[in-house]
Amino acid sequence: MPSQAPRLKKIINGRLIRDHKIIDNDVLYICNGKIINPQDCFFSSGKLPNEIIDAEGLLIAPGFIDIQINGAFGVDFSEWHEEDHIKNGLDKVSKGLLKYGCTSFLPTLISSKPEIYHKVLPFIKPRKGNINQGAEILGAHLEGPFIASSQYGAHDVMNIRTAPNGFDDFVKVYGLLHSGGRKGENQNVKLITVAPDVEGVLNSIEQLIKTGITVSIGHSSATVARAEEAIKKGANCITHLFNAMQQFHHRDPGIIGLLGTNYPRPYYGIICDGIHVHPNSIKIAYDSHPRGAILVTDAMAAMGLPPGDYTLGDVPVRKSGKKVEVIENGKLAGSVITMDECVRNFKKFTGCSIIEAIEAATLHPAELLGIENVKGTLYPGADADLVFLDDDLKIVKCFVAGDEFCLNNNNN
Amino acid sequence: MRLIIRKDYDAVSDHMANYIKNRILEFNPTLDKPFVLGLPTGSSPVGVYKNFVKYYQNGELSFKNVVTFNMDEYVGLPRDHPESYHSFMWHNLFKFIDILPKNVHILDGNAENLEEECKNFEEKMKSYGGVELFLGGIGPDGHIAFNEPGSSLASRTRAKTLAYDTILANSRFFDNNINKVPRMALTVGVGTVMDAREVAVIITGAHKAPALAKCIEEGVNHMWTVSAIQLHPNALIVCDEDATLELHVKTVKYFKSIELVIDDLVGAENVGLQGNVKRYPTPEVTPTREAFYNLPFKK
Repeated sequence: MPSQAPRLKKIINGRLIRDHKIIDNDVLYICNGKIINPQDCFFSSGKLPNEIIDAEGLLIAPGFIDIQINGAFGVDFSEWHEEDHIKNGLDKVSKGLLKYGCTSFLPTLISSKPEIYHKVLPFIKPRKGNINQGAEILGAHLEGPFIASSQYGAHDVMNIRTAPNGFDDFVKVYGLLHSGGRKGENQNVKLITVAPDVEGVLNSIEQLIKTGITVSIGHSSATVARAEEAIKKGANCITHLFNAMQQFHHRDPGIIGLLGTNYPRPYYGIICDGIHVHPNSIKIAYDSHPRGAILVTDAMAAMGLPPGDYTLGDVPVRKSGKKVEVIENGKLAGSVITMDECVRNFKKFTGCSIIEAIEAATLHPAELLGIENVKGTLYPGADADLVFLDDDLKIVKCFVAGDEFCLNNNNN
Repeated sequence: MRLIIRKDYDAVSDHMANYIKNRILEFNPTLDKPFVLGLPTGSSPVGVYKNFVKYYQNGELSFKNVVTFNMDEYVGLPRDHPESYHSFMWHNLFKFIDILPKNVHILDGNAENLEEECKNFEEKMKSYGGVELFLGGIGPDGHIAFNEPGSSLASRTRAKTLAYDTILANSRFFDNNINKVPRMALTVGVGTVMDAREVAVIITGAHKAPALAKCIEEGVNHMWTVSAIQLHPNALIVCDEDATLELHVKTVKYFKSIELVIDDLVGAENVGLQGNVKRYPTPEVTPTREAFYNLPFKK
């Protein structure tokens, strides 16, 4: 047999989550790391599968996508030591996330000094997922520093800034966003979180989007009117709904009020650890806008590590149990939850269907980022990033780019 | 012709699938001598295909050395359209079993030269030495494949215009919009089907009772194209009770008595798979007249 012949894998007896349904009588064909059209493969190429994988009745979902993760396994993406440190850190997290079913993610930097962005960002290049390097890096999520000083949360308030010169300030601070947004120059930044109530932000949104960046609003005290302005300009997500924003007030519901807007309603990231947001609040958000929910871990360096003292950016924090707090003021400092737990919690808190819980971790984030053709779906053409789940939504198997990751042999 | 009557659709499907399985096993196909099977689409064979999948999954039957020819395909419908017969075969059978893609033959309704496509299809069948068993279903008007009433009983594979009834009936698969139903299909001819060494037809449901009666109790007639099986030396019809509603009581009793006689008097061990009686053992008890009036259903 010629060795260059592509390997064709056929997955049988799975219950596929596709088309907002659980399809229990279909098969998946995987070739060269992609899901392909099995019927077309059969009738056109006449190829036979080299390998048949029996899913034994398990649910098969696309791999989870985490759009907000600050670090894990002792790695903090907002820290800079030297080149190898960040490279090794990304590798460590990429590999480590697979066991939680997370097959692609946006390494997230909290509000940092410009030199941190200039040093770190060039290393957060999009990188396809594969069995050797781990989960796919989709690009960076920059959370801040153009956020409201009233809602800095666990960020270092010293790093927070305004954008009096509009878009130019974004270019300067992040370093990679060159004017005009020529293709390729900002490819490492996929998502940013900004506060529309910060000087210069609102009028920069359209230009940011033009450069291929998705804009989310958060860490902000914006009124609902201001938040709607941002939506009109093209922002289409809310960063960790309920956290670091004005609380709901019936006369001015603030950013939370976007759940009731008549403009296209934005997606909203939500931390489902049961600590950052009360389960009832999660249910309220889900009930009002189920198609907008995006599950995020907002995990920090201590995720996957034992309790103890760590840092988030420059801020000393303490992990105890499932909680991480800023040592100085007791504020919540990111979570230590994993994507698979988020999915299970979301289902438990909201009473939603298995399909909806999965889609909040797959389809919705993919749609937000405009990559729903390749991620977050089991349609032909998508990357073969898959999780096999039991009915309690526990991860049984995880595939990245068509290759199975051995869950018992992780090296974190 | 053999007529086997079973209680309902499921029992018909079970019987037909089991029969074909046994035929394939008895044939003992190999790479050089594959079993050539003709296959239909539509509601009739779905239950049979389900059984095939079950046999394959249980390890009772392999399709590695089975070559298939499908009866028909719409003209001009994209191959991967959900209502194409390629899609039907993929979703109901092929995706579950171990059949080799190169052994599957379905007419290409998008071929540049339809006539050529049909000719090649016939030649391909011939190259395998003809079809061993052609499985079929029928329409309420007695059509087999897309051989609508009035089709020549000597017809070969060709492009055929669909009858208005057929378009109306099939519009349920095309958003109830008759304008979306393809107007033509490529289909094997009645002659093509009758050339198979065995023809096995599934007929179920009260709505097909008139067709069954026309096809077996009246003359060979191109208005009821499946009636051509009267001239076939080795034909089998498996139908359900509902489909017998328009038959004479005598007809039903006769065909039921055949199974009874074989079971009670001849013994299954003395009968071949295709109903061929090899030996008649000396009966221990002479059958009473009563036996013929109280014929129970089989299973």
